[in-house]
Amino acid sequence: MGHKIIATGRSRTGIPTGRLAVWWVVASEIVIFGGLIAVYLLNRFLHGSWAQSAAHTNTFIGGANTFWLLTSSYFVVLAHAAAEKRDAKTARKYLWLTIALGGCFMGFKSYEYATEIAHGYTLFTSNFWSFYYMATGLHGFHVLCGMVIMAIIAEKDIKHEQNWHRVENIGIYWHFVDIVWIFLFPLLYIAK
Amino acid sequence: MLEYFLPRASSFAGSIDHLFDLITYLVMFWFLLVMAFFFYVVFRFRAKPGQKAQYITGETHKQKQAVEIPHYLILICDLAILFYTFKVWHEVKIDMPEYDEQVRVIAQQWAWTFEHAGADGVLDTEDDIVLINELVLKKDTQYKYELQALDVMHSFSIPVFRLKQDAVPGRKIYGHFKPILEGEWDVQCAEMCGYGHGFMPARVQIKSSDEYAAWIAENTPANLKQDAAYANTESKLKEAPNNG
Amino acid sequence: MADTATATAGVDHHDDHGHHESFWSKYCFSTDHKIIGFQYLFTGMAMGLIGGFFSYVFRMHLAFPGSSIPFFGVVSPAAYNSLVTNHGTIMIFWVAMPVLIAALGNFLIPLMIGCDDMVFPKINRLSYQIFLISAIVLIASFFVPQGGFGGAWTAYPPLSAESQYNGTPFGAPMWLIAVTLEIVAFLLGGINFVTTVMNARAKGMKLYDIPMVVWMIVIASILFMASVGPLVAGAVMLLFDQTLGTGFFDPAAGGDPVLWQHLFWFFGHPEVYVVLLPAMGVVIEIICTFSRKKLFGYRMILYSSIGLGILSFFVWAHHQFISGVDPRATYLFTTTTLLISIPVAIMLFAMIGTLWGGSIRFTTPMLFALSFIAEFLIGGVTGIWLGSSGTDIYLHDTYFVLAHFHYTFVPIAIIGTFAAIYYWFPKMFGRQLNEFWGKIHFWGTVIPFNGIFLPLFVLGAAGQHRRIAGFTAYPDLYTENFQDLRVFATGSLIVLILFQIPFFINFIVSLKRGKKAGPNPWKANTLEWVAPSPPPHGNFGDNLPEVYRGPYEFSVEGREDDYWPQNLPEASK
Repeated sequence: MGHKIIATGRSRTGIPTGRLAVWWVVASEIVIFGGLIAVYLLNRFLHGSWAQSAAHTNTFIGGANTFWLLTSSYFVVLAHAAAEKRDAKTARKYLWLTIALGGCFMGFKSYEYATEIAHGYTLFTSNFWSFYYMATGLHGFHVLCGMVIMAIIAEKDIKHEQNWHRVENIGIYWHFVDIVWIFLFPLLYIAK
Repeated sequence: MLEYFLPRASSFAGSIDHLFDLITYLVMFWFLLVMAFFFYVVFRFRAKPGQKAQYITGETHKQKQAVEIPHYLILICDLAILFYTFKVWHEVKIDMPEYDEQVRVIAQQWAWTFEHAGADGVLDTEDDIVLINELVLKKDTQYKYELQALDVMHSFSIPVFRLKQDAVPGRKIYGHFKPILEGEWDVQCAEMCGYGHGFMPARVQIKSSDEYAAWIAENTPANLKQDAAYANTESKLKEAPNNG
Repeated sequence: MADTATATAGVDHHDDHGHHESFWSKYCFSTDHKIIGFQYLFTGMAMGLIGGFFSYVFRMHLAFPGSSIPFFGVVSPAAYNSLVTNHGTIMIFWVAMPVLIAALGNFLIPLMIGCDDMVFPKINRLSYQIFLISAIVLIASFFVPQGGFGGAWTAYPPLSAESQYNGTPFGAPMWLIAVTLEIVAFLLGGINFVTTVMNARAKGMKLYDIPMVVWMIVIASILFMASVGPLVAGAVMLLFDQTLGTGFFDPAAGGDPVLWQHLFWFFGHPEVYVVLLPAMGVVIEIICTFSRKKLFGYRMILYSSIGLGILSFFVWAHHQFISGVDPRATYLFTTTTLLISIPVAIMLFAMIGTLWGGSIRFTTPMLFALSFIAEFLIGGVTGIWLGSSGTDIYLHDTYFVLAHFHYTFVPIAIIGTFAAIYYWFPKMFGRQLNEFWGKIHFWGTVIPFNGIFLPLFVLGAAGQHRRIAGFTAYPDLYTENFQDLRVFATGSLIVLILFQIPFFINFIVSLKRGKKAGPNPWKANTLEWVAPSPPPHGNFGDNLPEVYRGPYEFSVEGREDDYWPQNLPEASK
């Protein structure tokens, strides 16, 4: 070995390879969540009971979670701007703020799950609730993954002032996770 | 071509067979043509010493046309198939002719239950004749069937009728057929339904109207027998206005 | 464009292995694209042997019902269902996909676009490792209590969702987990392929200079990524149904079992083209090289394959004509299904057009490539009977369907793979396979293949349904003539399997003793033939090739050589 891979550094399209790959990740994830949302809409139109069940979701917590995620998206943009200026300290600060807001999201989510289960709306109550837990759970899993990756980037890369482009890449992913929530929130919480 | 293997025992079997034949002629024509051309090309342009291959890009207008024109012709054949397909599909699956008899088909792991309407021609009455893995039909009679599945997906298939319909749990699916040939043949399940999928055979018997009447008489409980013939006509009269 | 490593590459710290690599780090945990390609290739071939063994067992059972099968024993209905289910699953997900996309993609893409590796070598390795785990999970599922999953590779719920119906409480979830892991592995791999081809092409290689097989793998990867999402969503739902007891597909709980069919076939039909396109690419490379001809209509083929990909998203319900969807929907899906024959036919016509005016050399890879065209044509045209909803009422789920898709998948996954192995073996291992035994293997594969599946068309037309463990229960089907056909098909299968032995012997012997191949034994144009055979780590050494022309400049007038490699500068005419 000892050979340095040249392929990774090439950029025929003019888009850095890492960013390009993240876009493809996002593209394939869009289809996954697109499938989920299509399933939801289909069921929603076929079964009136889904609309009734949707009335029992906690719109306040859903709204608060939307707020956390949107704000965190703003912070990740600030982190990217700082990374562009090679300002490690600010970039790390905003990355950790983003993670913290993601943590708020997860915390509210856990509280929400707990109250719903306490009120008897479990995974097995009806198909709406099965779907609700599965879709928000899958989304929450993506949020969690984003937080972990962001923490690694903040502590392994930015702290040592290397791989600055990764801030932008995780930012793209984080925006995507937000946008998925922007779709899930009205579908599961607002439309009643 | 299919009638070589299996008789046509339903009114629409002929239509499906004719569609099959039409496709066979068109496809075989193109297939043999392309195969012949392919082998001709492979033979003619085999490597010979001292002969160099030609330089053809396939990008000029004329060369593109060589590929395009056969495809316009194929497209015309496709349209012919499509047109006839729509006609057959409409006849078998969309059209619902007025029916004289009803039968309910219930699929489960791993048996068929056939509920014959019995003497009065109405389902869910006392004189229904319920048989397991045995379907008895009257020749030259328009049937409406109701298909249900109790557990998993099954598929109700009578090859001699050229008929097949999946049975979906939680749904009632309706269809029709008209037997036109006396005899006894296989009914198969055509959708994987678990361990016994290969072992849920049933038989369909098609009887002439006399034999069928005798079969009805034999299977109808004695206390319901007397007015059977009357009830049959009666029910037809009652049903007719609702069929439209 | 800077070819030197920029900051992005600064994280690959794999120099610390030292110069002497152990077997493990060189062959099992390597990030070299060629090694990963071989890993996929050999895993795929090993899974192919398993899948082939399964087919031997159930074909023997159908020919001689009730008798004890050598090397297996008596086949119970449960075992039969599990065998056919896993035969299908293995052949599609663990043979066709890894060999045609992952093995060829990994081995060929960096070599053919003239760079030293994939852009994400570590993701590449991760992709293989996930794939390997998925294969292990699948194999393990055969040995758990109650045995492997037996609800057909399409896994229609409620049969697949509830163990009280399918009888495999462990086999079914393991099967589903294995398939999902495999999908994740190929998503990672696909992202890598697409990004590599977009970004890491050699200097001077424009879009229309990319070899067709690379294009096809890229289009197939994009097709896979775009179609598999709903199936992933559906697989999560089905897994919830299986393991936790939710009711997404349970009609009693308000779910809809037909929904799974839509999610599955939305992926399932494009999947056919996901494996078809790379095989077509392989065939195109080979027929250009051995007929010494420029590809007939490069752009026409490229646009046809893109059109094919787009159209393939609108045909899925032709698998469900009689499954209880609205009967009016079939008008649309019959139309699109008949239309999709057009781009495929254009590609086949263009291949024959390439042969026209050529100087055809009948080497073993060329024989396989030519037989691909002929055999796939049979698979293609028999699709018309099934795409027409009228005849599909009768033919749906009969052996006619089975014979039809084996006439597509066997040319793709068996004939296409062998063509690729015979063609690129010199590049992979630096030596050539024996031509004589190669030709014996070719005739011994293609003739019995037709012997297996032509009789099955007849049986299908006679109304014999698929996945039926024994025809003894059906008087109309258990006749002497039909049983003779079944025995004939089974005999052909055994002949086919026996003729694979010369191939494996040829493969192993040629690894050590085959004729040494120079860098370019076939006198082909594409960049992989510029690198030494076998290519070292880094492929081209320090001088990465530059590209000056398209990949199929054969027999150019005014040139002495009948080939003109992509990397030769204009002046060297």
